[in-house]
Amino acid sequence: MNTVLRALSFRLIQAGGVALVVGVMSFLMMQAMPGDMAYRIAAARYGYDLVSADLADAVRAELRLEAGPFAQFLRWMGDLAQLDMGRSLVSGQPVWQEIAHQLGASLQLAAAAMGLSMLIGPPLGIFAGLHPGGWFDRVLLVVAAGFRAVPQFLLGLVLIVVLAVQLRLLPAAGHGSLAHFVLPALTLALGLAAASARIARDAMAAVAASPHYAFARAKGLTEAQILRRHGLRNIAAPLVTYLGLQFVMLAEGVVVVETIFGWPGIGHALIHAVFHRDVPMVQGTALVMGLGFVLLNAVVDLIVRHIDPREVQA
Amino acid sequence: MRRSLALLLLSAALTPGVALGDTAALDVAAPFEIKSPDPVLSGDIFLKMDVMETLVNADANGGLLPGLSDVWTVSDNKLVWRFNIRQGVQFHDGSVLTADAAAMALNWSRTKEGILVRAPISGITAEAEEVVITLTEPFAALPAFLAEYRTGILAPAAYAADGSVTAVIGTGAFKVTRLEPPMTLEAGRFDAYWGGPAKIPAVRYTSVTRAETRALMAESGDAELVVNLDPASVTRLQAVEGLTVQAVSMPRVLLLKMNTGSPFFDTVAERQALSLAIDRAGLAQAVLRYPAAASQMFPPALGGWHDAALPPLVYDIEAAKAAFAASGWLPGVDGILEQDGQRFEVELLTYPDRPELPLTAAVLEQFFREVGIAVTINSTNSSEIPAKHAAGTLQLALLARNFGLVPDPVGTLMQDYAPTGDWGAMGWDNTEFTATVRKMAAEGGSDADKGALAATLHAEMPILPIAWYQQTAAISNTVKGIVIDPYERTFGLKSAEFAE
Repeated sequence: MNTVLRALSFRLIQAGGVALVVGVMSFLMMQAMPGDMAYRIAAARYGYDLVSADLADAVRAELRLEAGPFAQFLRWMGDLAQLDMGRSLVSGQPVWQEIAHQLGASLQLAAAAMGLSMLIGPPLGIFAGLHPGGWFDRVLLVVAAGFRAVPQFLLGLVLIVVLAVQLRLLPAAGHGSLAHFVLPALTLALGLAAASARIARDAMAAVAASPHYAFARAKGLTEAQILRRHGLRNIAAPLVTYLGLQFVMLAEGVVVVETIFGWPGIGHALIHAVFHRDVPMVQGTALVMGLGFVLLNAVVDLIVRHIDPREVQA
Repeated sequence: MRRSLALLLLSAALTPGVALGDTAALDVAAPFEIKSPDPVLSGDIFLKMDVMETLVNADANGGLLPGLSDVWTVSDNKLVWRFNIRQGVQFHDGSVLTADAAAMALNWSRTKEGILVRAPISGITAEAEEVVITLTEPFAALPAFLAEYRTGILAPAAYAADGSVTAVIGTGAFKVTRLEPPMTLEAGRFDAYWGGPAKIPAVRYTSVTRAETRALMAESGDAELVVNLDPASVTRLQAVEGLTVQAVSMPRVLLLKMNTGSPFFDTVAERQALSLAIDRAGLAQAVLRYPAAASQMFPPALGGWHDAALPPLVYDIEAAKAAFAASGWLPGVDGILEQDGQRFEVELLTYPDRPELPLTAAVLEQFFREVGIAVTINSTNSSEIPAKHAAGTLQLALLARNFGLVPDPVGTLMQDYAPTGDWGAMGWDNTEFTATVRKMAAEGGSDADKGALAATLHAEMPILPIAWYQQTAAISNTVKGIVIDPYERTFGLKSAEFAE
């Protein structure tokens, strides 16, 4: 238990560090971007038909941009210390409220994609790993490499054209119903499944070739029993660890996929906030994504400890 | 047990709250994002979705019609306008539209960066059933200003104490049931609508910024109405069964803005030479995919402003070279024009919000290279154009300008050309032109005035018209009555219906 606590407190300190680094870096990067912030915000608020020098001046006065970036940074850090992320410079809504809404949509999509990839990738990988070098193993290698190599942007459009436009089975884009989940989740899941299938295959092949697996077989257990008792748990540890890494891929993929499918998630919001120079939104979004990543890794740690307690007992 | 309960809770949390999409709603997909419930920021969407209305309406030709105000008058000294409020109009929260409520909405709009700050208004009050607007100087364009979306009327309950808008409580034929910026607006039929209930039970607006995705939504039947198609999709969607692609001329013009204070464009001869170097017909056909080359500034849709008698703008590359030579610009060793040691090298600013702009810029770069002008394209944020205009560093800019921002082009001319403006002339000052525009804004103008303004722009070329826009939309054959409005005020949803 002690080690669990130690691991958690390490993650907590890490979270504090991430928050600080993300906050400072995103602020500095926003400052380094070209163009006049007041103009960019005015364009975001009022659109290209209306943006003008007058509106930019009004924005500058309203947001006290003249005070300079340092004063803004201090104001933001001060607010954050009181757990206040401020308001979006474009919509005027509280940042926290916008992020909560978008994060929900993104988490739903990410969970659906992750779930779908777990249904596709590991079973195929385990099957291939049980028959290493067989025709299925070789075909899976090519197919997995193919799906991993195709950019999600292209894969998404291909899926829309085939499943929505040609076969008319699913909606092309949008948000709100279960049917809307399928295509974006599948786009993300295929790439994830390609990778997790490879991991599962290698782990399975290694376990199946191990002495304890041969012993179980010699003991007279059926193949299904051996897999259940001695196989799954052994391949779960590397697989779950790898899942933690996949969240990086997922966070990256969500940004692209949300834009293609018109999904109101946090990746989509982050892109727009960057375009619009909506500093509190960028900082808030980056912060939530950074902390989310730390949280997920902490959860993965705990699960791996649960699956493979050897390190802890040693 | 605990584990399965946790799993159950997790799956419940992750299941989307909304049931399967209902097919009874009419789906609209457009690129414009919803920013907030405030009409000053997102009123264009609320107006088009028939959720919110304005005091004054406009028809497809920009003619003014009664809206929430059924009749209006102006005093003899032209300084006091009285807008009588239509009786029997209800807001979506059940409250009644009164002159007080309308005046309150207009006054809140006036405190923000709305269009009303551009009118010489000294006060907006309610007297009995009238909204009374007093001016500091005559302003004939006031009713047209009150047709603009930023003056949309919401119920008093929609505003917080500081004037921020907390909910869209309008008077339109549809009542907002879900508003989730930046992407979704859902609205159901409002049975107490003063114009009679709509035939369609519900409408849904989805903001989809990618043009390719929008086109695919039209093709797959996910959206009954998709607006702002990219040129490549127009051609493709025309071949899709069950869809109608509509294109309507609109008062939006593709323009090339020049810094007429710079040595490159400071004479009319130079600007005319640049105009001669542009093959407008070829460009419109190849990039915009419809025959919309501008022969003058104002498109035929702008009655009174378009003058068929003006000699059309032509393409003549040899004449262009000769004209530059006559102005002292002669080709150097590498073919780039030079004058007194200065090379003709300019930056062309544009923005990708409208997908055809960067493409057009690339074509222009080739045209200008032909006559010996080296162009560097900078496709960036739209606000760089007003920013560089203000800083005086702009050289060339390609932009799309709407002359129907208010349904009276005088509103745009006043902002852009009397004498200069962020999205209009730069370094150009024609006192007679400015005086005429100001007079028209104050007193209204005759067709002769409009013709004179058009002729001046045609002769002096403070800006080069390239093409006239068409508004494109893909409409499913399952709906009838959808309207593609040149002034982008309506989709005709309140009178549309599903085909049997």
